[in-house]
This record gives sequence, C-alpha cells and structure tokens, in this order.
Amino acid sequence: MTESEQKGITRRDFIRRSAKAGASLAAAGAASYWLYDAAGPPAVSVEEGIKALPDFSIPHSEGKTISVVKGSDRVETVNKAIDLLGGIERFVKPGERILIKPNVAFASPPILGATANPQLVAEVVRLCYRRGKAKQVIITDNPINDPQSCFRLSGIGKAASEAGAKILLPRDGYFRNVSLAGGRLIKNWPVFTVPLEKIDKLIGIAPVKDHDRSGASMTMKNWYGLLGGRRNIFHQDINTIIAELAMMVKATLVILDGTQVMMTNGPTGGAASDLQRKNVMIASCNAVAADAYGCSLLNLAVADLPYLGKARKGGAGTTDFESLKPIITSIG
Amino acid sequence: MRIVTVRRISQIFFFVLFLWFCLVTTIGGEWWRLRGWPVNLFLQLDPLVAIGTALTTHSLYWPLLWALPVVALTIILGRFFCSWVCPFGSVHHFVGFLAYRKKNLAEKVKANRYRKGQCIKYFILIFFLILAALPLAKGPGLQIGLLDPISLMSRSVNLVLLPVIDNLTGTISVSARFYEGAWLILTIFFAAVFLNLLIPRFYCRFICPLGALFGIIGRFAIWRIGKKQIGCPDCKMCERACQGACAPSAKIRISECVLCFNCLQDCANETISYQTRPSLAGEITNPDITRRGFMLSAISGVFALPAIRLGNLLGSNYYYRLIRPPGALPEEEFLQRCIKCGQCMRICPTNVIQPGGLQPGFESLWTPVLNMRIGSSGCQLNCTACGYICPTSAIRPISLSEKLGLDDFAQAGPIKMGTAFVDRSRCLPWAMDKPCIVCQENCPVSPKAIYTRTSFETVRDGILTVKKAVGGVVETIEDTLVPDQFSTGDYYCLLKNGERRKIETNTENTIVVSSADSFERIPVEGEKIEIQIRLQRPYVDIHRCIGCGVCEHECPVSGRRAIRVSAEGETRSRHKSITPKGQYL
Repeated sequence: MTESEQKGITRRDFIRRSAKAGASLAAAGAASYWLYDAAGPPAVSVEEGIKALPDFSIPHSEGKTISVVKGSDRVETVNKAIDLLGGIERFVKPGERILIKPNVAFASPPILGATANPQLVAEVVRLCYRRGKAKQVIITDNPINDPQSCFRLSGIGKAASEAGAKILLPRDGYFRNVSLAGGRLIKNWPVFTVPLEKIDKLIGIAPVKDHDRSGASMTMKNWYGLLGGRRNIFHQDINTIIAELAMMVKATLVILDGTQVMMTNGPTGGAASDLQRKNVMIASCNAVAADAYGCSLLNLAVADLPYLGKARKGGAGTTDFESLKPIITSIG
Repeated sequence: MRIVTVRRISQIFFFVLFLWFCLVTTIGGEWWRLRGWPVNLFLQLDPLVAIGTALTTHSLYWPLLWALPVVALTIILGRFFCSWVCPFGSVHHFVGFLAYRKKNLAEKVKANRYRKGQCIKYFILIFFLILAALPLAKGPGLQIGLLDPISLMSRSVNLVLLPVIDNLTGTISVSARFYEGAWLILTIFFAAVFLNLLIPRFYCRFICPLGALFGIIGRFAIWRIGKKQIGCPDCKMCERACQGACAPSAKIRISECVLCFNCLQDCANETISYQTRPSLAGEITNPDITRRGFMLSAISGVFALPAIRLGNLLGSNYYYRLIRPPGALPEEEFLQRCIKCGQCMRICPTNVIQPGGLQPGFESLWTPVLNMRIGSSGCQLNCTACGYICPTSAIRPISLSEKLGLDDFAQAGPIKMGTAFVDRSRCLPWAMDKPCIVCQENCPVSPKAIYTRTSFETVRDGILTVKKAVGGVVETIEDTLVPDQFSTGDYYCLLKNGERRKIETNTENTIVVSSADSFERIPVEGEKIEIQIRLQRPYVDIHRCIGCGVCEHECPVSGRRAIRVSAEGETRSRHKSITPKGQYL
C-alpha cells in the first residue's frame, strides 16, 4: 500500500478509471435525456377507448328476421326457430369461431329460471358444431355472483362443456374501455371486448324475465353481462343503458326463451311460483325486435318498456316486429 | 438405504403433500380441486389441536382422532413428527441447512449447541394450555392457532403465498384473491423462516408449542438416541447437523431430540445409535423448565384471558360489524374451537371470508369474518363449503336445508348471519333522488328480504309554469331545461289536480308526455306543473333477511355502503336479537 501511495497512480490505471467514470457519466446523461419530462404529469386522464365493437350481424333477408315457435320441448323449438330463419348454416359458416353469451348471471339452479336453460345452450352449441361445422364454440358471461359458482350451479358449465364448448371465465385482462359513438353512459367504460376480437359470430341466449327495475330482462338486457367495472351504477338510468347495450352489440343471432317465463320477482325469482309455462321460443337477427315481441309474454306492451323506444331512436333496431314479417308456428 | 435418506424422502413427501392439499382446497370436481382429497389431514394429525380442543370443549371431535396414532408413535419412538412429517419444520430444516452449509465444523457445532432459551417453548405451551383449561364464566379460550406450526403454515400458504404467486402469474385461481392483513401473516412467516439464518431450526427449538408437547409426551420413548459404547472421542461430529440442539455428544436431552438421525449418520466412531437402553453418557428426559418458570407462565395464562376479555366484547360491547360464516357456533364456543388455520378463507368461493383483525377483540385475530366489500358476491346462498372444511367444527358442517331453513328445518327457519340495514342518508333513492334498487334485485332469498315502496319526489327546481299546453306537449315559461334530461323513463309530470303522467322527453322549454296516455285535463296558462322522479325505495324485512351481504356487495355507493350487514339478528346469538321470538311475521 505504501509503495503505490508513494509512486502515485499508473497511466494504465488512470486511463482505465477515467474510462469507467466517463462511461458512468455518459450513462447518467443518456438516462436523463431519454427520461426527461419538461411538462410534468398531466391531470387525470382516462384512455378514450374503442368506439365500437365488431359487427357480427349477417345480411338482412326479407321475412327471415324473426321466428316464433310454440312448443314445450326447448330442443325441438329452438331447432325449428333457427331453421325457419334459414337454418344454422345461414349464421355459422364452416371453420368459424362462435361466441355464445347466455344469461349466467346468478348462482341459481336451472329450475328457478333465473339463468338460461342449460339444455337449450347445449343444443345451440351442438348445432354450431354438427351442422354449422364451427371450429370452436366459446361460452362466456361476466356474472353478478361468483363466476365459477354461476357456471356450475346454473348447469350451463357442465352442459356446454359436454357439448364440446369451451367455457371462458372473465379475467381483468379481457376488458377494454369503450366509448360508444352516440352513447351517453358507455363512455370510457370497461367492456368484455378482448374475446370478441378473436371470434367470427356472436349469439345471445336469454330467458324472458320480469325485472323490478327495468320492467323486463330479455335479449337486450342480456348484454349487460359484457359490461365490466362497477356497472351497478347504471341502474340509475337503466333504460338508457339497456338501449346503449343494444346499440353497442350487433349480434348474429339472439334466442329468447319464453318456455318458462319468470312473471314476478325478477330477475332473481327464487320460487317455482314465479314461473309460468308459456312454451314460446323466439329466434331473431335483431335483439330489439325479439324483445318487442317477447314483452307480450310478460303481459307488457312496447310502450311499457321505455328502453325499447330509446333503442329504436338510437338506431339499434325496430320495435315494429310486425313489419319484419315474423314467422309464427307451433310444434305438436 | 441410510436412515437420513429415508428421513429426507419423508420430509419431501409430506412437504409436497401439504402444498398439494393447500392447492386443491378449492371447490370443484376436477382432480386438481377438492373432490375428496383429505385436505385437513395435517391439522387432524396435530395433537396440539386435539388436546387444545379437548381441553376447551371436553370432547374430541371425531376427525381429530388422527392425533391418537401420532401421540402413540411419539410415546414409543420420540419426536419423529418434527423431523419426518412437519412441513413447517422441513422449511426450517432446509433454510438452516442452506445458511450453515458453507461454515466450518466449529461454527456448526456452536450453532447447534443446547441453549437455555429452548425452555421458552414449554412456557408458551403451558400458557396456551392454561388458557384452554381456564374455567371462566364465558368459557376458556383457544389461542394455540397463533403459534401452532401447522396452523401457521396453513395460514401463510393459503392466505399469502398462494395468492401472491397467483397475482403474479394468474395461474391458480380465475380472479385475484384478496386477504386483509396478510402483511402481518407474511411478516411472521418470514421472520420465523429467516431466524434460521441466525440459529438453525430457531422456531422448532425456541417457540413451537407442538414441539414442546411432543417433547413432553415423548420423553420416555422406548427407543431413543444415545451412545451405545464407551470410548467416545468427543469429536462433536454428532452435533455438526443436530437439528434438535439436544447435545448428543454429552448427556442427551431426550425431549429436545427430533430424531433427525444426523448424529447417527455423522458419528465417526459408530458410537451413536437409536436404542432401547439409555445413553451410556446419560440422558435428561425432562424439559429444562424450572418450577418458577412453570408458575410464571401459568400465572400469565390465568391472568391473560380474563384481561383480554375485559372489553366485554363477548357481552354487550360486541363488535357489530363482526359477521361470522353461516354455521359458526355461538361466539364463546367458536373461540374454543377456531384454530385460525385459514381453510375456510381458502375454500370460500366468493372470497368473502377474511382473516379477522384486532378490532373485534384480540381473540378474533385471524378468525373468519365476512367482509362483504371483498370478493365476488357476499355469502353465496347455495354454498356451505366453509362448514365442511372446518377441521374443528368451529363452523359446523351444516346442510343446505339447515342453512336455508328448508325441509326438516322449515320450522327453525334459515340461519341468519346478521341483518342488513339501509343507510337512508347514503342510499341513492332515499337521499339523492336517484333510482337504483340493485340491492333488492340481488337479494337471493325468496320472498326477497328487501322490498320497495314507490314514491314520487318533486325534483330540485322542478316546479314549472305553463305557457301553453296542447295534448301531451306542455310548453313552459322557464326555458333552461336540459334537453332529454327527463327522458330516462323515471320522470313524471304532476298537475295541480293530481294527475300524473310519465314524461317521454323534453326540450329546453317543453315537457312531452306519452300521446297514448295524455292528460285528462289539459293544464292552462299560468298553472304550475311539477317534474317528479319515481323512486323505488328499499326497505329490509328483518324477518326474512339472512345477512348474506349480497346487497352490501352490490350497492353502487361503493365506499361506505348504503346498505350494510350488522350482527343484530344473527341466529347463533340470542343476545343480539332485536325482535322477540314468537312474533308473527
């Protein structure tokens, strides 16, 4: 130690040290340059979001927009209802990926009718695979209760998996902010959009239910299950949100199950006495038209459901289902 | 095969098995979910749980019979559990090994020397056993769960390690799981594990009450470690990796020996053996506790429990936000059985069961409490998982019929966890003139426990003067209305004569009601009309409410919720009831 103290630093050591010091200085300088922020953080800003979801609807075919089949067996009536609109082959092309969004909102057993009927969902899955030759069918929903419990207790998880569908449970990463063009409430709101980016066709399946707040819960309200976040806040303007949902989601096909209708205490029901057997199955290329027809099953008129008029004004569809020439028939 | 190899295989086997049981503790039928795996096995094998609950309840809950073979084997063989089975012990063993593997023989021997402080774990055990045996008016208290190694490890893995790994990788559960106060559980776990860097098997030697119990039970074991011949050169190789710090080179302390057999393996002289004869160098069977130490821990125990209970939290000062899972025993009995293992919190499908903090009292620490704001939906109606998983029946394994008051239990009615109360000062339709009723919508019982009464309130600045009215279109003098603000379907126009019609839409200065259902008497110029909002206001039917908390969970007033569950009315506590029994509904 004393020797080098007396000798001083060698040229080589000095150059080596200077080089290292220079490199560190340069690194610090470069980091400062790249990270430099002259303006400081902005005020809170939320990402604007997507303006619209993909359009999954199919070309209009005169007289083949809405069908109503009366019968007691859901499997039979749904087959007939879809066939009357041109068969599943019109909606599902070979090799396509289909997303079915049934009502799986509650961890409620199927007998209480608060969720879509599992056999009905399974049959639609089977149709997509067998006759539609779909590549894959995915079932999804963002339920109100615990998602796994909802899919299990409603019976839809098991029935759909057995028919070959894949169950997709919601995860945080599947939601993106959407600002609906022409919408007032769906502004920077998380919507279940990521799975929609990878599919070709979208089918909704909903039972006909009374709803204490909105009057009815049918195919339009069914899309509530694509909203994320604290969506309960929209109950303050329930009719507008349902209308905006119908404006936002352009599905391929909706199936409205009026076989066992929840006439009272909707949307959760809870007793067999809340249900009434009406044996009606509706298939429609447009959710607004389906709901406009379906409200009669709850002894309601179109005027009784303000969200129908709002959806019509918003361009989501027509409430004058007669003009669409519905095909009405019965089985058995 | 050498005995230490067998021991290592046993440690790895039970450690992996323990982690597997923790992982599969989720509801479902797949092979990697609950489906019949005996996930409570380690807790059931734990004699401290069996003896603790036997002292507090004067009964042995049948699944805890598994402790009997463990006790029997310990009596015969010694503290095998600590080295061969205990997953927490395996963690300490491994970390201690890692910490000391590069050190020389002298340092290792020094680390493994017997220390007087090893008597502390016996004092801890005595303290807990006194608490469990104390015949207080409201019964004894079970606090072994705080330091029992199986409970501690179960809590740490279930409530901290698994959720953290899951939140980082997103692989274990579908949605992120949350547990309040997990930081404290993690701190204690890491503290215990990192203390092995100072002294190997720190927890086992100084703190573990289960180890202390095994030490007492196994001190007269038929087989024990000892010197089988004279002529030991005192090389101290036997203490190189001695786990129990039991001094095998000298007079071996049987109650400290954890049967790791490292001494047997390391002995260069074939002197150490596992034998029926006592060690030729002598053995000490009793734990190193003095009478004074025993008295001090006993007196502490005798005073501690009543002191903890001086807050009268088991009486009139009960913490009313303490909601226990359905099937939980009355609080005094609950606190005699809960071992704070966290199994119920792990299996709860909605993540609503949380480890309790200190607010409901010290005894509630890490016991299950419901926090309706966490998780996916309050207490799910059709679920009884927590009762089925509870290893000590602090939460009884109730059937769905008992929970919901069906069939045989129709007379008794459903189990209530508490009652929901609407906070009218925060509820949207009660205080803010905004329609909502999400609570009523989600109430899962039938008939619903939340019902509504409809009322109409004139909105702020809602009294307008008519300029001209034709059919259903009323033009007003005031022209500062926001166009369409009354078109949501909830607004009505009230006339002087009491007629009220739904407003379809409005402009800056006109109100339009439905043309199909217009006014019977058209209002005239100068007349006043009132814009009203139709509000469905929620009320709780306290006879039907079961306190499941789905309403509190769904309330859009997301901070301090406008409907909150409170412990009044819970079935398990008569003294918290607010209505007399026998009242007509």
